[in-house]
Amino acid sequence: MIGYILRRLLAAIPVMAIVAFFVFSLLYLAPGDPAAIIAGDHASPEQIAQLRVTLGLDRPFLTRFVSWVWALLHGDLGTSIFTNLPITTLIAQRLEPTLSLMAITLVLALLIAIPMGALAAWRAGSLLDRLVMTTAVVGFSAPVFVIGYVLDYIFAIQLRWVPVQGYAPIEGGLGPWFRSLIVPSAALGIVYIALIARITRAAVLEVLSQDYIRTARAKGVGSGSILFVHALRNASVPIVTVVGIGIALLIGGAVVTETVFAIPGLGRLTVDSVLRRDYPVIQGVILLFSFAYVLINLIIDVSYTFLDPRIRY
Amino acid sequence: MSNIDVSPPRLAHVKAELFPPARKQYRILAFASKYPNVIVGTLLLLIVIALSIFAPWLGTTDPTLIAPTRRTRPPSSDSWFGTDMLGRDLYSRVLYGGRVSLIVGFSVAILASSIGLLVGLFAGFMRKADGPVMRVMDGLMSIPPILLAISLMALTQGSVGNVIIAVTIAEFPRVSRLTRGVVLSLRSQTYVEAAVAAGSRIPTIVLRHILPNAVAPLVVQSTYICASAMIVEAILSFIGAGVPPIIPSWGNIMSEGRALWQLRPHLIFIPALFLSMTVLAINLLGDGLRDALDPKGAAHV
Repeated sequence: MIGYILRRLLAAIPVMAIVAFFVFSLLYLAPGDPAAIIAGDHASPEQIAQLRVTLGLDRPFLTRFVSWVWALLHGDLGTSIFTNLPITTLIAQRLEPTLSLMAITLVLALLIAIPMGALAAWRAGSLLDRLVMTTAVVGFSAPVFVIGYVLDYIFAIQLRWVPVQGYAPIEGGLGPWFRSLIVPSAALGIVYIALIARITRAAVLEVLSQDYIRTARAKGVGSGSILFVHALRNASVPIVTVVGIGIALLIGGAVVTETVFAIPGLGRLTVDSVLRRDYPVIQGVILLFSFAYVLINLIIDVSYTFLDPRIRY
Repeated sequence: MSNIDVSPPRLAHVKAELFPPARKQYRILAFASKYPNVIVGTLLLLIVIALSIFAPWLGTTDPTLIAPTRRTRPPSSDSWFGTDMLGRDLYSRVLYGGRVSLIVGFSVAILASSIGLLVGLFAGFMRKADGPVMRVMDGLMSIPPILLAISLMALTQGSVGNVIIAVTIAEFPRVSRLTRGVVLSLRSQTYVEAAVAAGSRIPTIVLRHILPNAVAPLVVQSTYICASAMIVEAILSFIGAGVPPIIPSWGNIMSEGRALWQLRPHLIFIPALFLSMTVLAINLLGDGLRDALDPKGAAHV
C-alpha cells in the first residue's frame, strides 16, 4: 500500500515537470517578441530592453529554466513585474476567498448532485429521471457567468437576500462570509452538479442491475437502504473519479465567478494580471492550480483502495 | 448472452414481407421520434447560423456605430433590444456577435479533432513514442483548459485567430487520448492483426480499419469541443483576454454590460441567452448523436 502511494507520487513528478516546462516555455513559444507584447503598445525601446532583462529573456533558455526551477524548488515563484512584490505574497493574500469559494461549492455540489443522480437512477425512465437529466443538460450549456448573473439578479437585486457583489472575509464572522459566497458558489457549482449527477446516475444504474441488489431486495432490505448503502457504496469509484476531474471546471469557473461577483481571489488576480500583462504572476497562478489539480487526482487514485477493497495494487 | 438470434434462416423472406424496408421519409420520422434531441439541436443551431449569416438583411444597423445621443435606451420598436452604453444597437451587435462564436466553435472543433486524431494515431501506432507523447498530453491536460487559454492569450495580441489557436491547444489533448484508446483497442482485433500479417502498410490499415471505427466517437467528441470552445471564447472575451473590444462578440457585449449591470440587466441577459441556447443546441446534438451512434451505451449515460 505504502509502496503503491510512493510509486504514484513518483509517477506524478514527470507530469508536474512537463507542466512546469510548458508553462515556462510559453514565454518563448509566443510569436513575436514577448517583451514587446508584455510592455504594451506605448512602451519605449528602453523600457522593452529593461523588461527583457527583468524577464531574463537576454539569457539562454536553459540557464534561465534551470535557475527558475531551482527557485521554484525553494518556494520562490519570482516577482511581479507590475507590483514588484514576490508572487508567493500576492498568492497568499488571495488564497482565502478562492479556497472558501471552492470549499462551499464542493460541499454544495456533493450534497445536491449525489442524491439527485441516485434518485434519477432508482426511478430510471420516470418523470423525475427526465427532469434531473434535462436539468443536467441545461446546466452543462449555461456558462458559469450566465448562471452567475441570473442568480445574482434574482437573489441580490430583486429579493435583496444577499449582497450584490463583494466578499466578506472569514474573520468578520461566519454569517456574512457565507452570505457573500452562497450565490457565487451556486453559480460555480451548477456545471459541476450536472457532471456529478450524470455520472452518479450512470454508475448507480449499473450497480442496481447486479445480483446482490436483487438479493438484498429479496431478503427485505428497504429501498432507501439499498439505494444509499448498497448501490452508492459500490458506485463510488466512478463518482469520486469525476469529482476529481471536475476540479478543473471549478478552477476555470472560479476565474469567471470571481470576476462576476468581484471576489478578490486568485481568479481575480489572474484576470488583473492578464489586463496588466503581468506574465510572471499568471505563470505562478497556473503552476499552483495545475499542481493542486494533479495532487488532488493523485489522492483520489489512492483512495480507490479504501472505497473498493477489491482494488489491490 | 440471451440475445442470440435463433430464428432459422429460411424465415428470412417471411420477415421481409412482414416488415418491408421503411421508405426514406418514414425512416427520417422514425429517427426523429427516437432521437428528438438531434432534431431539436439541429433546428436551434440552424436558426442561430441563419441569424448570424443573414444578419445584414435582418433589420440590423452597423453594430459598431457609436451614437452618444441614444445611450442605454430600453428595448423599443426602434431598436429591438435597446442600445448599450455607447448608443450602439444591441440587436445588431448580438446578431453579428454570433459570427465570432460560431467561427471559433467550428474552427476549434475541426482543428482540435484533426490534430488530436493525428497525435492519437501516432501514439497508438508508434509503440516507442506512445509513452513520451501521452505524458506530454497528460501534462497539458493537467492545466485547466481556461487557464491554459488565458495564459496563451496573455502572450499574444487579442484576435479571433489567436483565440482559435489558444483554445485548440487547450482542447486537442483530450481528442488524442480518445483516438489512442480507439487505436489500441482496434489493434488487438483479429481483422487488424490479419491485415498486419498480410503485410498491409500502416496508412492502409489506418484508412481501411481504424478511421471508420474512430469516426463515431470523434464526431461526438467534436460537438462537445465545439460547445466548450464557444464557452471558453465568451469567457476570454468577458475577462478582456479574447477578441479585441472593437469586434462585437457575445463575451465582449456581456463584458461591456457589466458596468450597467444593476440598471440595465438585459444588456447581459440577451447575449447570455443567445450563447446558452447555441451551446445547448450543440450539446443536444452531441447527446443525440452519441445515443444514435452507440445504442448500447445510450441506456447507461
